[in-house]
Amino acid sequence: MRNRFISRAAVLIALGLICLTARPATGQVKNATAKSAVPRMPDGHPDLQGTYDLATMTPLERQRGLPPSLTREQAEALEKAELARRDEDNRPSDPNRAPPPVGGDTSAPHSFFEALEKAGGGAVGGYNRFWLNQGATYTVVEGQIRTSIVVDPPDGHVPAYNAAALKRIAAARATPTSTAAERQDAVAEPPGAYDNPEQRPLSERCLLGFGSTSGPPALPDYFYNDLHQIVQTSDSIMILSEMIHDARIVRMNAQHLPKNIRRWMGDSVGHWEGDRLVIDTTNFTDKTRFRGATENLHVIERLTRVDDKTLLYRFTVEDPDTWDRSWTGEYTWPATDQRMFEYACHEANYALTDVLRGARQQEAQEAAKAKK
Amino acid sequence: MGTKAFLLATGPLVLALVLPGSSTAQTANSSSRLANGKPDLNGIWQALNEANYDVEAHVARPAMALRAGSYGPVPASAVLALGAVGSVPPGLGVVEGGELPYKPEALAKRKQNKDDWLNLDPEIKCYLPGVPRATYMPYPFQILQSTSAITFAYEYAGAVRNIYLKDPGLPPADSWMGQSVGHWEGDTLVIDVTGLNDQTRFDRAGNFHSDKLHVIERYTRTSPDVISYEATIEDPEVFTRPWKMTMPLYRRQEKNAQLLDFKCVEFVEELLYGPYRKHPLNK
Repeated sequence: MRNRFISRAAVLIALGLICLTARPATGQVKNATAKSAVPRMPDGHPDLQGTYDLATMTPLERQRGLPPSLTREQAEALEKAELARRDEDNRPSDPNRAPPPVGGDTSAPHSFFEALEKAGGGAVGGYNRFWLNQGATYTVVEGQIRTSIVVDPPDGHVPAYNAAALKRIAAARATPTSTAAERQDAVAEPPGAYDNPEQRPLSERCLLGFGSTSGPPALPDYFYNDLHQIVQTSDSIMILSEMIHDARIVRMNAQHLPKNIRRWMGDSVGHWEGDRLVIDTTNFTDKTRFRGATENLHVIERLTRVDDKTLLYRFTVEDPDTWDRSWTGEYTWPATDQRMFEYACHEANYALTDVLRGARQQEAQEAAKAKK
Repeated sequence: MGTKAFLLATGPLVLALVLPGSSTAQTANSSSRLANGKPDLNGIWQALNEANYDVEAHVARPAMALRAGSYGPVPASAVLALGAVGSVPPGLGVVEGGELPYKPEALAKRKQNKDDWLNLDPEIKCYLPGVPRATYMPYPFQILQSTSAITFAYEYAGAVRNIYLKDPGLPPADSWMGQSVGHWEGDTLVIDVTGLNDQTRFDRAGNFHSDKLHVIERYTRTSPDVISYEATIEDPEVFTRPWKMTMPLYRRQEKNAQLLDFKCVEFVEELLYGPYRKHPLNK
C-alpha cells in the first residue's frame, strides 16, 4: 500500500462509479419552524452560527438500485448493518485467524462505505477503524430519508461530462499528471504522476481538503474531519472547514472580485433572501478543479435554519465547460457539541516527501534490475 | 470587582496608574458596539511595525541570514541575490523594557536559531505562525465577532483561531495556534492562549519559546480604527520572568479591504520537495 493520502485519491473515483434512480427537485426549501422559533441575530436575520458535523450515510450520488428515499424501516436496517460492520472491524484481530488471501481481499464490497474504504485502502486495507469518523445515519430532508445528496438531476447523479470536458480530460490524460482526485475518472495514478509534487492531488499537498470538504460546494468527506463552523456578523459570514483549516469568508452584499483575482475556494459573496442565506461563488483558480470543473465554475449555495439544531444546505453547480446542465444537491448540517481541533496538515506532511522519494527509490531499483 | 466596575469607581486616570502599561484602559467609542454592549472589533486589521523581523529593538541589518565578511557580516550566499530587498529594516522593538529576559542557557539556542535561520524559522516553510506572531506578521487578519462567537482568521497560511468564550477545559493536545479562551474585562477582550507547541518562533531573529508558553493577549479598541494590542508571555523554561509586548493594530482603510489567499504551502514545494523531483531543477 502506498500512503494514506494517495489511496484517498482513489476514493472519489469509487464515488463516481457508484450509481442511481429518481425524485423531482423541489427547488424550494421550506422553513420547518415558525418564524419566531428560529434563533435570530440582533440584525433580525436567522442565526446560522454553530459547529456542524457534515458526516452522513447519504452519498453524494445514489447507489444503484436504491429509491430516492427510504422508509424508516429500510433506513434503520441499512444503518444497523453499517454499524455492525464497523463494530466487527473494531474488534481485536483473532491471533489464530487464517492468513489473508494472497494479493489482499479483492472481494466485492457490500455497501457504500465498504466500497469507499476498499477503494481507499486497496486490497490490503487502509485505515484502522478508529481513524474513521463516518456518518451513522442518512440525511433527512423534509421528512424524506435521502439516498443521495444530488436531487437534480432527479436520478441522483452528477450529470455526465460534456464534450468539452471529455476533451479536456483526455488531454490531461495524455500528459502525465495526477489530478485524479479532482478528475473523477478511472485513471487514478497514470504513469509520471509521482514525478513532481505539483502532480499530486491537492489534498495530498495540503492545499484543499479531500473531496470538496472546504467547498464550495461543501461536501461530506465520508471518512473523517467533517466539522464545519459558522461565525456570522452583519457584513461577513465565515464557514470554516476543519480539514486543512480552510476558512471561507463570505462578504455580504458585496461585488465579486475582478476576474483576475482567483481564489482556491472561489470568491464568495452573500445576501439574504428572506430567511435564506444565498452565497454566490465565482473566480475559482484553474487548479481547484472541483470534480473536473474549470475555473469558470459557478456555485450558488443556500443555507436555511430548519430548527435550533439543524441547517439545510442546498447548492447548485454550473460550469458550461464541464456539464451541459447545472446540478443541485442538498443535505442537512446537524449541530454538534464536538470541538474542532487544529488540522495542521502541511506542518507534518512527511507523506509527500516519502511519496516522491519512494518513487525515486523504485526507479533506481528498476534501473539496477535492468542493468543486470 | 470587575474591571468595568472598577473603572467606573475610580476613573480612567487612576486605572491607568494602577495597571502599568495599560493604555488599554481607554474605552472604545461607544458608537461602535455590538448588541451585547461589547466593543465591536470586527474588521480587517494589521500591525505596522518591524516586530516580525525582530521583536527586540534593532538597527537595520544586511540580511536575515548572514555570514562573516572581512569587515563585518554580509548576506549569506543563499539570500545574496535579494540585495536590499532581503535586508532587515530597523525597529524600536515591541518588547517592554527592550530586551527579552532569557535564561542564560536559552541564549545559546536563540543564537543558533539566528545563525541557522534559513533552516530553523518555521515561517520559511509556511508553517502556522503561532501566537502572538500571527498578530504582527506583515499580512492582514480579520476578526469576526458576534454576540456569541469570536474567530480570528489570518491571511498568512490561512491560519485561524476560534476564541472559546466558555472555557472548554485543558487543550486535548499541543497545537501550532494553541487553544484560545476569551473573556471581557470591561472593554478589553482578554484571550488566554495555552496548548501551544514549541515549534513556532516570535520572529525572524531566532527569538523562541518552549511548549510551556502561555500567552495572555489583550485587545482594546482605543479609536474606531486602532486596537491596542498587548501580549504577556510566560515561559519559565526559557525566560526568567514574564514579559510583555505592546503595539497598535490598525484597521485596513481600503474600501474593499478583505483577506485574500496566501496559501504559501504551494510556494515552498520547490524548497521542501524539489530534491525529490524525477528531474530536479538546476540549482
